[in-house]
Amino acid sequence: MLRAREASGKPASASAAGARHLVERLILSEYLVFYLTLIYFVAVLPIVPEIASPRSIYNMLTDMLPLLVVAIGQTFVLIVAGIDLSVTSIIAMASVVGASVMTSDGGYLGDTWLAVPVGVLTFLVVGGLVGWFNGWSCTRLGMPPIIVTLVGLMFLSGLAIWYTTGHSETSSIAGLPRSFVAIGQGSAYGIPHSLWVALAVGITAHLLLSRTVFGRWLYAIGINRKAAEVSGVPVKTAILWAFVISGVCAAIASILYTGRLETGTPVLGERILLDIIAAVVIGGTSLAGGKGKIVWTVGGVLFLVVIDTSLKLLGMSLFVVLGAKGAVILFAAIIDSTRQRILMRH
Amino acid sequence: MSSGAEILRVEGLSKSFFGVEVLHQVSFALHQGETIGLVGENGSGKSTMMNILGGIHKADAGSITLAGEAYVPGGPRDAQAAGLAFIHQELNLFENLSIEENVFVSGFPRRWGRLPLIDRGRISERTRQLLDMVDVRYPPNTLVGRLSQGERQLVEIAKALSVDARIILFDEPTTSLTRRETAKLFEIMERLRVQGIAVIYVSHILGDVLRVCDGVQVLRDGHLVGGGTRDEMTIESLISMMVGRQIENLFPERDTKPSVAPALTVEGVTQPGVVKDVSFILHESEVLGLAGLMGAGRSELARILFGLDPFEAGSISVHGEVLETVTPETCMARGMAFLTEDRRGEGLLMEASIIDNAGLPSLQSYANERTGWIDRTKLAADVADVSRRLQVNTTDYGSMLVKNLSGGNQQKVVIGKWLLRHPKVFLLDEPTRGIDVGAKYEIYKIVNDLVAEGAAILFISSEMEELIGMCDRILVMNRGEITGIHHRHEFDNEKILETAMRTSLDDFERSH
Repeated sequence: MLRAREASGKPASASAAGARHLVERLILSEYLVFYLTLIYFVAVLPIVPEIASPRSIYNMLTDMLPLLVVAIGQTFVLIVAGIDLSVTSIIAMASVVGASVMTSDGGYLGDTWLAVPVGVLTFLVVGGLVGWFNGWSCTRLGMPPIIVTLVGLMFLSGLAIWYTTGHSETSSIAGLPRSFVAIGQGSAYGIPHSLWVALAVGITAHLLLSRTVFGRWLYAIGINRKAAEVSGVPVKTAILWAFVISGVCAAIASILYTGRLETGTPVLGERILLDIIAAVVIGGTSLAGGKGKIVWTVGGVLFLVVIDTSLKLLGMSLFVVLGAKGAVILFAAIIDSTRQRILMRH
Repeated sequence: MSSGAEILRVEGLSKSFFGVEVLHQVSFALHQGETIGLVGENGSGKSTMMNILGGIHKADAGSITLAGEAYVPGGPRDAQAAGLAFIHQELNLFENLSIEENVFVSGFPRRWGRLPLIDRGRISERTRQLLDMVDVRYPPNTLVGRLSQGERQLVEIAKALSVDARIILFDEPTTSLTRRETAKLFEIMERLRVQGIAVIYVSHILGDVLRVCDGVQVLRDGHLVGGGTRDEMTIESLISMMVGRQIENLFPERDTKPSVAPALTVEGVTQPGVVKDVSFILHESEVLGLAGLMGAGRSELARILFGLDPFEAGSISVHGEVLETVTPETCMARGMAFLTEDRRGEGLLMEASIIDNAGLPSLQSYANERTGWIDRTKLAADVADVSRRLQVNTTDYGSMLVKNLSGGNQQKVVIGKWLLRHPKVFLLDEPTRGIDVGAKYEIYKIVNDLVAEGAAILFISSEMEELIGMCDRILVMNRGEITGIHHRHEFDNEKILETAMRTSLDDFERSH
């Protein structure tokens, strides 16, 4: 159809048609978010040239790692048409419970060689348990994911603060072992340790989704849960595991954040909930389920981090940053719906 | 029964869906105070006829004249405005609203002219009058959710009367009614007749049709094949007109004989309100048909046998082994497969490729045991194989979405996904619904191939010819129970239809 339109156009408009063709191809690309990030980056470059400095780029890349890890977990849940709002409270809860195990200020295993391995395990167990509970409530009790995880968000946020008051005079738990802190902030040969963690999570998640039976089941459930059931897919078990994965990913992110801050704190991650969901959705993963890729999520997170950094470099106050971010995300959403319309036409 | 002036005339009405003609040159007339019955097998075009009259579909050709004027409804609202009320099989009442709100939902009378305030007093008053006319003794503000099915049916009639309907279309009004409610409905219909309201009555229950209708029209494959007054018709003559045509060579030959080894043994399976004490044995290399009317419990039984729905009592055995827990997973582990009648809702992932669809039930057999990693090359090759064997009309198995395939090809994909598992017991629920004759023949051949390999087939269909052409034995279900069994050498359309319809007819005769 496009070709016919070009052929019938006058020669003078040939380049216009070519440009239009290019834009359409760009919009239709499944990696649209990467192009948007690049376009945005180039557009703000004249205003905040600092953003292209090696230091700023390094900071952006390391900043995005914990966010990326939670977003990867969220991708699994969104693919089965669920949503996990409890991730930030998992980050907080795992942070304080893990820290209470490791801290040298009277932690359960403080100052022993077991502190770090058991501490890390504690993070993961907290995340896994909460994820399991979320999944169990959604599948066995048939509750809607948004309610289950919203309640989890509220309850765990409170619980994390209460737990902290039982283990510390202040509002956070400090005195964490140096080797643990290194996971979050350390680097070797200029490469942060957290990059290896995020890379491992990302590659595992990508392979799990694209290459394994479990991954194909998740997509099938998201597209048509009934058809999956009729085809013998263990729907409930698969959904349960998606939530467990989300919980464990949140716990891994918590390890990175906690290490970076050197303290376990119950308000950790409080502000990033909407960033996480926005990042995954902007990447191209559908809230309606059945569609999503880890690579897309990487793009979505990158996009958000670039926006955040540029706005901060502009020296804007927090509320302006929020407003501007909302506007940019809205713009991305409009482009995405335009793209859906074009796709429908084809 | 003397009839008044002609009120509705249908002339040469034709309608096709996606190139398949479902109504062909249908003509008939309806007079004031006349009730005519419209009968035919499932898929004969009755519903389409009603939907055209009710303004839901548009006819491709032909004309309708309503009280002397051309009638071309643009939608259900136009039909209503023209005095044509359509009472659907599934009632369209809002259970959370009261009777009066339901009656007036499409146009509440307002207070003081145009203010958006509902004149409650007036609607209560009017609803009370209407309810009197249909003998419903409830206050108008009763919630519809508290009424029985029969009472709801009467509320629907009251609603029709509220817009001064001149013609009322009934689509299977008695399927969910008790005998007493049915008798009540007929009494009200008699009153409508006296008031000069014309009725078109669609039903599978031929005894009812002959009782309440002045005349009957028979549809078969979209053609009006016969009709006449009540006195000229008998149940037997209606059935032979409905089934009609002689069929030859629509079905491929099968030269295998059923084995004596049981493949699927069902004993006393019962689920209250769904199926009652169902027992049968399906043998290896056998095609066992399951006939019955809509709502007789055939699909429900198949879903229970495949572990999709629960059952309270009874047992299911595959190859002599009782299934302790019945879930799709355990059934599939014993070599069972289930082709759903709801292709769109349960059969396919519309937004996915043929490979994704066809591979879904058998993914595990393509996975590395330790890593769960799928052998995509082998899966793609096998899907391509089975698609070619089924003559799926595309070679783009990996990226084209199945929603872009035609109905027949979609059905082949659903069949293909089970063939990849080499099923030993295959439950087919309406395997040829909504697909054309050519694709049907191919599906019959696939069934015969499976049987030749020793598979056992449970074949559910609403098309009697299909069952007779394909099955070794036919079970007949009626209201959740097996009411008859017919062997190949004694197959007879009319007898089978009679078994399927008999019970409700007997009930009716006993109650009168």
